[in-house]
Amino acid sequence: MNRLSPFNVVSLTFGFAFLYLPMLILVIFSFNESKLVTVWAGFSTKWYGTLIQNEAFLDAAWVTLKVAVMSSTLATVLGTMAAYVLVRGGRFLGRTLFSGMIYAPLVMPEVITGLSLLLLFIGIGMDRGVMTIVLAHTTFSMCFVSVVVSSRLSTFDRSLEEAALDLGASQFNAFRLVTLPIIAPAVISGWLLAFTLSLDDLVIASFATGPSATTLPMKIWSSVRLGVSPEINALSSILIGIVTIGVITASLMSKRHAVRVRREEQAAQRVT
Amino acid sequence: MRRFALIAVPYLWLLALFLVPFAIVFKVSLSDFALSIPPYTPTMKDGFAALISGLDFENFVFLTQDDLYWKAYVSSLQIAFFSTIATLLVGYPMAYGMARAPEEWRPTLMMLVILPFWTSFLIRVYAWVGILSTEGFLNQLLLWIGVINEPLTILNTNWAVYIGIVYTYLPFMILPIYAALERLDESLIEAAEDLGCSRMQAFWLVTIPLSRNGIVAGCFLVFIPALGEFVIPSLLGGSGTLMIGKVLFEEFFANRDWPVASAVAVILLLILIIPIILFQRNEQRQQEAEQ
Repeated sequence: MNRLSPFNVVSLTFGFAFLYLPMLILVIFSFNESKLVTVWAGFSTKWYGTLIQNEAFLDAAWVTLKVAVMSSTLATVLGTMAAYVLVRGGRFLGRTLFSGMIYAPLVMPEVITGLSLLLLFIGIGMDRGVMTIVLAHTTFSMCFVSVVVSSRLSTFDRSLEEAALDLGASQFNAFRLVTLPIIAPAVISGWLLAFTLSLDDLVIASFATGPSATTLPMKIWSSVRLGVSPEINALSSILIGIVTIGVITASLMSKRHAVRVRREEQAAQRVT
Repeated sequence: MRRFALIAVPYLWLLALFLVPFAIVFKVSLSDFALSIPPYTPTMKDGFAALISGLDFENFVFLTQDDLYWKAYVSSLQIAFFSTIATLLVGYPMAYGMARAPEEWRPTLMMLVILPFWTSFLIRVYAWVGILSTEGFLNQLLLWIGVINEPLTILNTNWAVYIGIVYTYLPFMILPIYAALERLDESLIEAAEDLGCSRMQAFWLVTIPLSRNGIVAGCFLVFIPALGEFVIPSLLGGSGTLMIGKVLFEEFFANRDWPVASAVAVILLLILIIPIILFQRNEQRQQEAEQ
């Protein structure tokens, strides 16, 4: 009974308008000639121009990108290991503590995580900067990666891996040649998730960093506290644009992949 | 041996960068104010040995004496509670509509719900600053239609915080409810209607109870992070908006009172443990029910 009642249509329309109108208004006003963000004074791209010349933003963007690439890669390796341990590890001492530590960061308020990491870095006398943000981001995003990967691992047929082991593959080769290709989509989406989480994070980075490294969210934060500015609108629009293109490309790719898999399956059935 | 390494690497990482830091927070919360050092001097290291001997509960006593903290906890709980209910009221009809939409639309609708989640949280909150301000988009629209005669003050009030939380956490509410509703067997509703239920009664007596797990999961996923929220109350709320995440941040960075900030964190953690345990129990029960 797939039928939308008028009530459903209204709630969906209003719901999606609520989700998307604020971002749409933001993008529209980034092309506003006037410096007053709320008064429309004609189309202009000048705020994008001033943004590109603003070196403080460019530096911060570079730091953010570096941190995001390093921390999401590290988080993917650690998170995949953790997922493998959770799903395949069997029993070991402190397993409950381990799974608790995997799930706890997902719901922990950022202020607490940030505060605790800062106290740690100061306690061991570590210089705060890019490295400490990478460590902080890796820690919380590896938990997201391991949740994504372990849900894929737990639905995956273990006998395939056992077959590889029976045929003489080492444990590591069985993982590399059989398990990893099968869980690859989850590993990739885990990496993307870690990457966006890192790009997005303001609170934990504020605690973990020192005066030497400022990330883009921190830069945005210090400017938006002074009020709305057309330059920030332009920057936000660029970021929204990148994400939209990225997500649409990814979903088109996975759709095409699904179609190909279905076609291959149909072809295989025809052969048998 | 290899198995040992596989377990040890992520385990030690989490111990060192998740559990040990909490122990430090706990220790600092029990230390004296006089021993605290501003964040930018790296001499804390020598201070640590001294900290151990100086354990006391002064900071917790201080928290109970100053009204501010007590009020901040209560108002955080209140804001988190009411915004969770508001998110449910907005999210449920959307999830319901999505589950009833033709099957070929569903992946697109799903993507439309997830897409904002990938966009920067900070920017999505910031977008509301321009909309809700006195000369902002919303007031201009309302004045133009003639609903109001003078602009409303929404920005820098708790109303703006509610709107911000509902807006940014909406996907967390929709997705679990949608997952529960999508699995729901339509024939159960038809059966209820055949047995004399009106559409509304079937909805209340069949659909709502069967989507209970989704509702519970969604409410926890909104309530828990909303409780410690920092960005939304700082950007959209006013000076009168007290939320504990904001208090902690300011205590730490503005007042530089680390022991009190740590004590605030410890109590927030204790408050959070209850909903987190309840949430985990619910998840476990759900998993067992599925097996």
